[in-house]
Amino acid sequence: MENIIIIGNGISGITAARHIRKLSDKRIIVISAETDHFFSRTALMYVYMGHMQFDHIKPYEDWFWEKNSIELMRAFVTKVNPEAKEITLDTIRTLKYDKLIIATGSKPNKFGWPGQDLHGVQGLYSKQDLDLLEVNAPNRDICQRAVIVGGGLIGIELAEMLRSRDIPVTFLVREDSFWDGVLPNGESAMINEHILEHHIDLKLKTNLVEIIDDGHGKVKAVTTDQGQTIPCDMVGLTPGVSPNIDFLKDSGIELGRGVKVNRFLETNKPDVYAIGDCAEQHEPIGNRRPIEAVWYTGRMMGETLAQTICNNRTEYRPGHWFNSAKFLDIEYQTYGWVFSTKGMQEYETQFHWRHPNEKICITVSYHKESGKFLGINTFGIRMRHEVFDRWLSEGAHVHDVMTHLADANFDPEFYAHYEADITAAFNRHAGVQLKVHKASMKSIFQHQS
Amino acid sequence: MSLTGQPPKNVSAGQKWATLLGLAGLFILLLAVFNIKLPGKGWWLALSLGLIFGATYWYSKMAYANKEKGIKNDGVWFKSISSRGFWAWVAGIAFTGFYIILYFFPEYLGLVQGGQSKGLISLFDPLSKMLSGNAASQWFVYGTLYTVAILAFGVKFIWKYRHNRYEVIRTFSVMFFQTAFAFIIPEIMARLNGNLPYYDLKNIWPLNYYNFERYRINAFIDAGDIGLAMLIFGVLSIFVITPILTYKYGKRWYCSWVCGCGGLAETAGDPFRHLSDKSLSAWKVERWVVHSVVVFVTLMTTAVIYSYLGNDTSKYWLTKGTFLGGVTALITLVFLWAMIFKRKQLKQDAQYGAIGYFVVIIALISMHYFSGDGNIFLFKSESLRKSYGFLIGSVFSGVIGTGFYPIFGNRVWCRFGCPMAAIMGFQQRLFSRFRITTNGGQCISCGNCSTYCEMGIDVRAYAQKGENIVRSSCVGCGICSAVCPRGVLKLENGPLQGRIKPNDVLLGNDVNLMELVNESQ
Repeated sequence: MENIIIIGNGISGITAARHIRKLSDKRIIVISAETDHFFSRTALMYVYMGHMQFDHIKPYEDWFWEKNSIELMRAFVTKVNPEAKEITLDTIRTLKYDKLIIATGSKPNKFGWPGQDLHGVQGLYSKQDLDLLEVNAPNRDICQRAVIVGGGLIGIELAEMLRSRDIPVTFLVREDSFWDGVLPNGESAMINEHILEHHIDLKLKTNLVEIIDDGHGKVKAVTTDQGQTIPCDMVGLTPGVSPNIDFLKDSGIELGRGVKVNRFLETNKPDVYAIGDCAEQHEPIGNRRPIEAVWYTGRMMGETLAQTICNNRTEYRPGHWFNSAKFLDIEYQTYGWVFSTKGMQEYETQFHWRHPNEKICITVSYHKESGKFLGINTFGIRMRHEVFDRWLSEGAHVHDVMTHLADANFDPEFYAHYEADITAAFNRHAGVQLKVHKASMKSIFQHQS
Repeated sequence: MSLTGQPPKNVSAGQKWATLLGLAGLFILLLAVFNIKLPGKGWWLALSLGLIFGATYWYSKMAYANKEKGIKNDGVWFKSISSRGFWAWVAGIAFTGFYIILYFFPEYLGLVQGGQSKGLISLFDPLSKMLSGNAASQWFVYGTLYTVAILAFGVKFIWKYRHNRYEVIRTFSVMFFQTAFAFIIPEIMARLNGNLPYYDLKNIWPLNYYNFERYRINAFIDAGDIGLAMLIFGVLSIFVITPILTYKYGKRWYCSWVCGCGGLAETAGDPFRHLSDKSLSAWKVERWVVHSVVVFVTLMTTAVIYSYLGNDTSKYWLTKGTFLGGVTALITLVFLWAMIFKRKQLKQDAQYGAIGYFVVIIALISMHYFSGDGNIFLFKSESLRKSYGFLIGSVFSGVIGTGFYPIFGNRVWCRFGCPMAAIMGFQQRLFSRFRITTNGGQCISCGNCSTYCEMGIDVRAYAQKGENIVRSSCVGCGICSAVCPRGVLKLENGPLQGRIKPNDVLLGNDVNLMELVNESQ
């Protein structure tokens, strides 16, 4: 019986394990140094906020693994030897494999700031980081102010977490506006406003210079390139993540920033594969980045690789891009490609609509000449994945999308609808006379019948 | 290592005052319990209820009104009252004690058999006389407090979910149905026609298990046309109205929009919704227990009705024989329909269960030929009725179902015990337009939906597979959709076809599009 070893029990490794089990009776061993059981990394924040206990963020009950004969091991892989087809655990034990899947995810970036290893300085990625946060910032008596460095998704999540315990937060963002490398300006500006509404001290265009020691190895304050000194008890470093692959350095497996893989998620070594955050495509797929540290792509890669492992060699072809996040109280979804104002493509035109009072907006991107719909960002309005996926596959014209926008609405029943306002604004923007169509059950569910 | 989180903020000074005022309101009731003479009872009652309502209102306003609208679950698992801590047990024991006294020792509330009530019950006399013209009973006291709880905590709930119109409208609905249908209309009907039995029109058999008992049927018939109309409405509501509405909207039209038990669970019980057990084993227990209650209530009601029907067709068309024949035919039809048309949708153990229950019912009914009058189903109908009333009507729905909100969650009765919910659930699972749609591949398996499902449904297990949620127990409260951080869940009514289908395309790798097109043709 073939022996499959998976390093990492995150979403990609576990998805691979589950699908290999569905397709075969191979022996499956999943190794993790982080936790005994798979949990939803994106949900760690809710444990600190008291919405859930740690057990709730485990998607499967603990008996699930034994019942499906997926063997779980708690160990740290220190070395991989592809020639001997073996791995070393905790520097002492070795384990043979027939096929090896590397799914070790990411680690938080640190950019060599003075004081970055002091007590009270931490990132937010792992279960251990969460435990550490309970030590560094259990309440506002022990942590009278926290400083967060790096304006991305983890940064704003950490700010929300700390605010849930009423801890004052200063949020240092290098860019001119929050996440404006990804979001168009109008959206980014709306999120800036929302961050301030939550009493988070947002400092844009501000870089960290130094983290100051209190004389006992613990953080006392930070200084910024704007000349400020901010006293604080905790510093959250959240300037992005990079692949967690240090243990592979001398293995002979080809590495870039991540583990280099081809479209079949194979590395340069036979029977060694990499999936999830730690995998780096030789050539990017479409507009995607070569490394995609996203929940959904990790899941897709795991599912794809399970096919290959079970003798159905399958190329990783991740359909139309989609993603989602939540910025404090504002939900965000994206389907297709909408580039930031800085990064806008020359063929792209964007239409932006924002509600006059509520924190609701959308941005639609379409092709300048052909009018082909390219993508949508939506804030505070839920949209139907299936409908947008269909429109993207069909190469729908932006006029069709604006006319039938109601079909894509996924807000709960009785919510206010904004399609009429949006389409009216689009008509002014594009100089056309489109009429809004009511939502049609038939077209919404057409692919299900 | 266990995480010892801390509540976001201690209770504010204003909230402490509000708590004090609310306790003062309860204290007035306690004084009445101990027969302290309160001159001008009506005013004291108004003051007490006013304090309880006003304090809850004020407390909630301070908790939510000045915050950004959005999900308000910060610190839920850190607070003693909402995480099975000390205060949860205190509250649980207090509620349970109240139910035990209410059901089994009403004399402590001031009930005097055959005489004028004293104590707490008599405090409510002025209100009762205003509405129905009669003195208060322990049930009037209970009904009033129940309604005040739904109204006060309903306001709290609306504040908490003010960003969500589904929740707001739904809560207005339960507040309305409780106040009008359960509280005011029956009292006014009693004033207009003293012969009518107390009838909360939205309380449908089998939840209202005593609706077809002899004394009520007699009272309905004696009350003339209006009574007869109410009796017919009672029959239609379970056999005609309920199936139609459940087909169109799912059982939520009742369980989380109309029902009184649901109303209390959704308002006063809301802070405890995350305490329901989500394990697979709890689901297995749930399915056996709740369906056994359905069988129990069916047998009990059949036996009770059977016991007072006659044998002579010339006196009245409905005789013992025709009645039993009708019941047998109905049960057989439902059984055959499920087994023939919906078999594929029933799991193996559900099929065994259905066959088992069917055999038991039919066997017991056919036995009536061998047993004496009033002694159908081996047991006396009277002892069946009494044990159902005690075990299910009082202990399960009241003492355990509501008393233990802070320990087991707010829907224990609805999930494990309510036969009405089980019947509608059976239909919702097999023949309804309602489903919770999963939004393609957007689920991040965070678990908020499962955690906050009061019915203990592991919503995430479906959502992360891209599968719609079609579960008999879902009451359609909409909270899973509300707490989802990624906009994955939507309660909606749509076509029956493809109601459950998992969305493999959006979940995983791009499949061959031509294959998909061919498949769907």
